[in-house]
Amino acid sequence: MAYTEEELKKELETKEYEYGFYTDIESETFPVGLNEDIVRAISRKKEEPEWMTEWRVEAFRAWEQMIEPEWANVHYKKPDFQNISYYSAPKKKDKYNSLDEVDPELLETFNKLGISLEEQKKLAGVAIDVVMDSVSVATTFKETLAEKGIIFCSISEAIKKHPELVKKYIGSVVPKKDNFYAALNSAVFSDGSFCYIPKGVRCPMELSTYFRINQAGTGQFERTLVIADEGSYVSYLEGCTAPMRDENQLHAAVVELIALDNAEIKYSTVQNWFPGGKDGKGGVYNFVTKRGLCETNAKISWTQVETGSAVTWKYPSCVLKGDNSVGEFYSIAVTNNYQQADTGTKMIHLGKNTKSTIISKGISAGKSQNSYRGLVQVNSRAENARNFSQCDSLLMGNNCGAHTFPYIEAKNKTAQIEHEATTSKIGEDQIFYCNQRGIDTEKAIALIVNGFSKEVLNKLPMEFAVEAQKLLEISLEGSVG
Amino acid sequence: MELKDKLVSSFFAYEDGLDVQSPLHDICSDAIKKFDEKGFPTKKEEAWKYTSLNAILKQNYSLFPKAETGLEFKDVMRYFIHDIDSYKIAFVDGRYSSNLSATSHDGLDVCLMSSALSKPKYRAIIEKYFNKTANTEDSLTALNTAFLKEGAFINIPKGKIVDKPIQILHFSTGKEPAMMLQPRNLIVVGEHAQVQIIERHQSLTENPVLTNVVTEIFADKRSLVDYYKIQNDNPGASLIDNTYISQEKESHASVHTFSIGGHLTRNNLNFYHKDERVMSTLKGITIIGEKQHVDHHTLVNHACPNCESHQDYKGIYSDRSTGVFNGKIIVEKEAQKTNAFQQNNNILLDDKATINTKPQLEIFADDVKCSHGCTIGQLDEDAMFYLRSRGIPTKEAKALLMYAFANNVLESVKIPEVKARINKLIAKKLGVNLGFEL
Repeated sequence: MAYTEEELKKELETKEYEYGFYTDIESETFPVGLNEDIVRAISRKKEEPEWMTEWRVEAFRAWEQMIEPEWANVHYKKPDFQNISYYSAPKKKDKYNSLDEVDPELLETFNKLGISLEEQKKLAGVAIDVVMDSVSVATTFKETLAEKGIIFCSISEAIKKHPELVKKYIGSVVPKKDNFYAALNSAVFSDGSFCYIPKGVRCPMELSTYFRINQAGTGQFERTLVIADEGSYVSYLEGCTAPMRDENQLHAAVVELIALDNAEIKYSTVQNWFPGGKDGKGGVYNFVTKRGLCETNAKISWTQVETGSAVTWKYPSCVLKGDNSVGEFYSIAVTNNYQQADTGTKMIHLGKNTKSTIISKGISAGKSQNSYRGLVQVNSRAENARNFSQCDSLLMGNNCGAHTFPYIEAKNKTAQIEHEATTSKIGEDQIFYCNQRGIDTEKAIALIVNGFSKEVLNKLPMEFAVEAQKLLEISLEGSVG
Repeated sequence: MELKDKLVSSFFAYEDGLDVQSPLHDICSDAIKKFDEKGFPTKKEEAWKYTSLNAILKQNYSLFPKAETGLEFKDVMRYFIHDIDSYKIAFVDGRYSSNLSATSHDGLDVCLMSSALSKPKYRAIIEKYFNKTANTEDSLTALNTAFLKEGAFINIPKGKIVDKPIQILHFSTGKEPAMMLQPRNLIVVGEHAQVQIIERHQSLTENPVLTNVVTEIFADKRSLVDYYKIQNDNPGASLIDNTYISQEKESHASVHTFSIGGHLTRNNLNFYHKDERVMSTLKGITIIGEKQHVDHHTLVNHACPNCESHQDYKGIYSDRSTGVFNGKIIVEKEAQKTNAFQQNNNILLDDKATINTKPQLEIFADDVKCSHGCTIGQLDEDAMFYLRSRGIPTKEAKALLMYAFANNVLESVKIPEVKARINKLIAKKLGVNLGFEL
């Protein structure tokens, strides 16, 4: 692709920083509460076709019959679903010009991350779709992608412009009645990203979505659908932040990945929702359903760095349906203060010669609880399935907890499954070694944590890797003791 | 009538035989209330996710055997480890059989639960230990407590090193078309005392038997408890074994479980650490086939600093058998310097065989060494080829490799006769005669 740096610069310059992070944007918010009318109203608002409305209503009816799950190793005050506004859209899109309006908290975070906003603008080669308070604000680089036949837009746009694709694939990996939060999302999702990579195309740049909850008292429910057609490749990034608020905000997203024959999807997440204050007040409830489907010879790789959210409940999974398909899961979950994370993956081996790898690193500090929960299932027809799992936990202080709940189910005699887990703390001798060489304790811990997480950090795309490393440091600030 | 209703209603008949004044009566009636409230566990409960009791609960079990049946020692000798001298406590259809037993009150008590409960001289011990570690919230344990009648009572006083192993055997004769047994054992091991115990449940016919046994073991300071469970019952028999072990300072308790026979076997093995420098060992070999189902649920609760636990479970599954392993290690906040190790290795031999395993760690202390490893795989093809190329037939070669696989667990068996017996049982199960003993 003839995409010179010059052109890129030009494209970037002509686009102002319109995917902003402003706290005081006037927005249009629906009244709180949820009923069938609200679901229909959301659908009408988005000018959706009839089938989509019905699909939502069906999901809503199923949701009404469901009970909120309690099996996860997290404790929180259940959100009152009738006290949330299910739609909030920024009203004036032309107001995001001045940098002064940027949330100072966010600026500080960016400064801490060492990424100036100028630099942000120039994250070369990254096409970003920003979803703010549930509505997609802007998608950059659309034209460049369109040349290749790649569709990258908001899901509401996709419903209008590419209904055949959406209709075929939405709900095919995460059915609308899959679980409590997936059903809720299916009923009320307001926006999200849609991506389609045509046959044999290798997406020339990293695609990226940026999620942000801005408005108080709103829930964010995005829906992401990524389809990689036969022989294609795409790397997708997802970032999340939210400003500090005292009350808990709900985030219940659904991500569906479809990798057709010989396709490969790499999905990376850096999740940094507001984790709640030092006293455990506020923070985002992150209840996400992520799942990918692999056809023959396809590969899906999930990489996640979880540092935010008060409560995380997230299991990016791979259904290895096709023969020779590969699923990977690399995760770092850091919890501090009163954060709770119950996260892991599911690898469902259905096809022959399927392979999966799970590397999970949990770091808990403060008074937090960090759980790994994973499932490796080998079905009776999955000949020669292979799995390797490793979950390591690092504990800092004795007020936190690290837990592992690995489920392993094998129904085929040719399956080869290995699982290993360790729990340890940062060795005093390691810190002493660093101190001795003039590295202060805080830096030393950051260094050791970085080493501990290296295997996962290495899997992140360049832009994210730097950010993620810094994020780890920030999350663990003040946890030395 | 559903088994649950039958049990609850027959409790009232059974209650008449109890002394209403005794504290035991309260324990029993509280327990039946708990059971009535909770019922039998279903697959909806996390701990019973992979094991369904539905099929075995459908039988019309008789709860109290009508007639006493005498057994001759020579008929059942083969179920004992008979080539060594030992104390024996034997039960036939839930009743004590004096002619099969060899009990003692000489320097130690190896006797019956019923006499321990009724005799005043044991009152202090019963009050101190009975139903204290057992999880009163567990419905099956509560059910056992409610129908508490008979079992083994072993009391080893301070400093006593028991000279020979103690065997506990429960026979069911199959006189009734279906039988439910609920033995209750209490084992108190005093300071510095040492004991070896072998437990076995055996039905003598193919008639369905459901045994719901509860064993409580107290290991006092620096005591040594070595416990072997041999589970090689007939295909009609199902066993739910609930064992609770409470350990005091520097005590060492180990439990070996050999699951070879039986229709459905569920082992709930729980260790509780009450003081520092405790050591717990949990080992098991499971070799099953046909439609057998074996479920090992272990719990080690590290509540005190400087304790150790070692778990090693090996499983070989063929035909349509199902294996479950759920090993839970909890390390509480105070339990610094804990060293907990857990290993679970499984071999699947047939396509219809299933293994579900869940090694679970819950850790709240930071200065600990905890690790678990779990594998599912097959016999090494290269090793098979090596043996075959040296003229060893496939079947024997397979058996050899399986022996080697299970040998880690067998190595730590301290009674040579038990080791020899397990070897024979394994050889029989694998259908080979290797002509040597490992």
